[in-house]
Amino acid sequence: MSVDVVSVDRLYFQYNSSEVLADISFGLKAGDYLGLVGPNGSGKTTLIKLILGLSKPTRGIISLFGYNPLDFKDWYKVGYVPQKIASFNPYFPATVKEVVALGLLSKKGFPKRIRKSDDMSINRALELMDILSIKNELIGELSGGQQQRVLIAKAMVSEPEILILDEPATAIDPEIREKFFSILKGINQDKKVTIIIITHDIGTIGKYASKLLYLDKNVIFYGSFEDFCISDDMANYFGEFSQHVICHRHDSNQ
Amino acid sequence: MDIFDLLSHGFIQRALIAGSFIAILCSTLGVFLVLRRFSLIGDGLAHVAFGSVAIGLFLRVYPIYVAVPVVMLSSLGILKLTEKARLYGDAAIGIVSSLGIAGGILLASVAGGFNIDLFTYLFGNILAISTSEVIASIVLSVILIVIILFFYHELLSITFDEESAMASGVKTKRINTILVLMTALTVVLAMKIVGIMLISALLILPSVTALQMVKGFKITMIMASVFGVLSVILGIFVSFIMDLPTGATIVILNFLFFLTAFIYKNMH
Repeated sequence: MSVDVVSVDRLYFQYNSSEVLADISFGLKAGDYLGLVGPNGSGKTTLIKLILGLSKPTRGIISLFGYNPLDFKDWYKVGYVPQKIASFNPYFPATVKEVVALGLLSKKGFPKRIRKSDDMSINRALELMDILSIKNELIGELSGGQQQRVLIAKAMVSEPEILILDEPATAIDPEIREKFFSILKGINQDKKVTIIIITHDIGTIGKYASKLLYLDKNVIFYGSFEDFCISDDMANYFGEFSQHVICHRHDSNQ
Repeated sequence: MDIFDLLSHGFIQRALIAGSFIAILCSTLGVFLVLRRFSLIGDGLAHVAFGSVAIGLFLRVYPIYVAVPVVMLSSLGILKLTEKARLYGDAAIGIVSSLGIAGGILLASVAGGFNIDLFTYLFGNILAISTSEVIASIVLSVILIVIILFFYHELLSITFDEESAMASGVKTKRINTILVLMTALTVVLAMKIVGIMLISALLILPSVTALQMVKGFKITMIMASVFGVLSVILGIFVSFIMDLPTGATIVILNFLFFLTAFIYKNMH
């Protein structure tokens, strides 16, 4: 039996004695595509940080490829794209190629050094995100959509088995957003990469994700988008009209 | 007196050699510090160096022997305060820095007699540098530059984004510790060149000048080193010819480089 890529069991997390996450349980198999949605302050980013071992849970068990994230070593299997705005200063003097190369550090032993022989992997990731032509540009001089693609190329350069993205679509123009989600879907389907994506846009992510987890400190909903649309619990939670609008938007997208 | 006459003096040769090595070190390290918004750590640690020099003079021990461990411990203190006491870096630097200055002033006041010696460290005198100090400067600079190059990609990774560096398996705590310890050693080393008061200028100005004309991270580090070395070489000649304090001349030249780069960038 294959090990879950991510497994979360009765997870609790407190910060300054206030409860941020309570009784969270779910599991992801290889190739799953999870849309992690919920209101601001619902604990989405905290959950991601716990999965990545950047914070310690108060109670409960998390496993990443069968390991406690705090003891996990094979970080090349994980690609992480943090919230863009917080992630770098716009005047950072690095080129696209220099930034993408940093994603390879997870594959390196000691000392962690990028070498000329890594150029092929870097170019492959740049091609995947269609940004090979701008590899010598400064990252700060790119548009929001291009910067986001650079960060995804950085996360993809180590050929990870799971890609975790924290609100990647916020800095992207609405017309490019659909293309962006299509690229992610391609990565998920063609390369069988498991994806966890935090977003506010349930309607759009419903079109692409195989699973939806609606979080508001607890798990409010976990299942497929189709189940979300016919769930009486969700109709009660959002109101029938809102549920209809979300699901109708999904239909119109298709 | 022409430039070749100046170069024939041993003290000018020593100043040029030691100054250039330290300028490369400060400029290279400065790029990481500036981009991590940790620019003022040099200033804070220089203030601790002031306190350490006062302790050394008070105890009649060579001040550098006291400054090295005290400034290194203080740099770790700043890091711990930032991590554990939930303080921003500038507040942590402020605490350690004011403690260093207060300690130095107290000791100078109690002891009374070593104010002139303390002033030499405050304002530096690169022209009075001895051969053994030149050798120490070269050896330490080379070691620290090699360490920076050895950890270059990890330093770049935590400078770009510490959180995703951690998620890439980079030992961010270890790299941060290496960075502050190298800064501490650099501050002590640069004390003799520009003096305690002006060390942070040598860490910050060449980097921000290079950042005005960036085309990549490596080239920024190289450009910062070029500006740092140029300011030291020109500063030594100009100060000697015009009978000006060398440390202050180096800093003013650095500022002029920055101003020129800033104006040039904004005109294009």
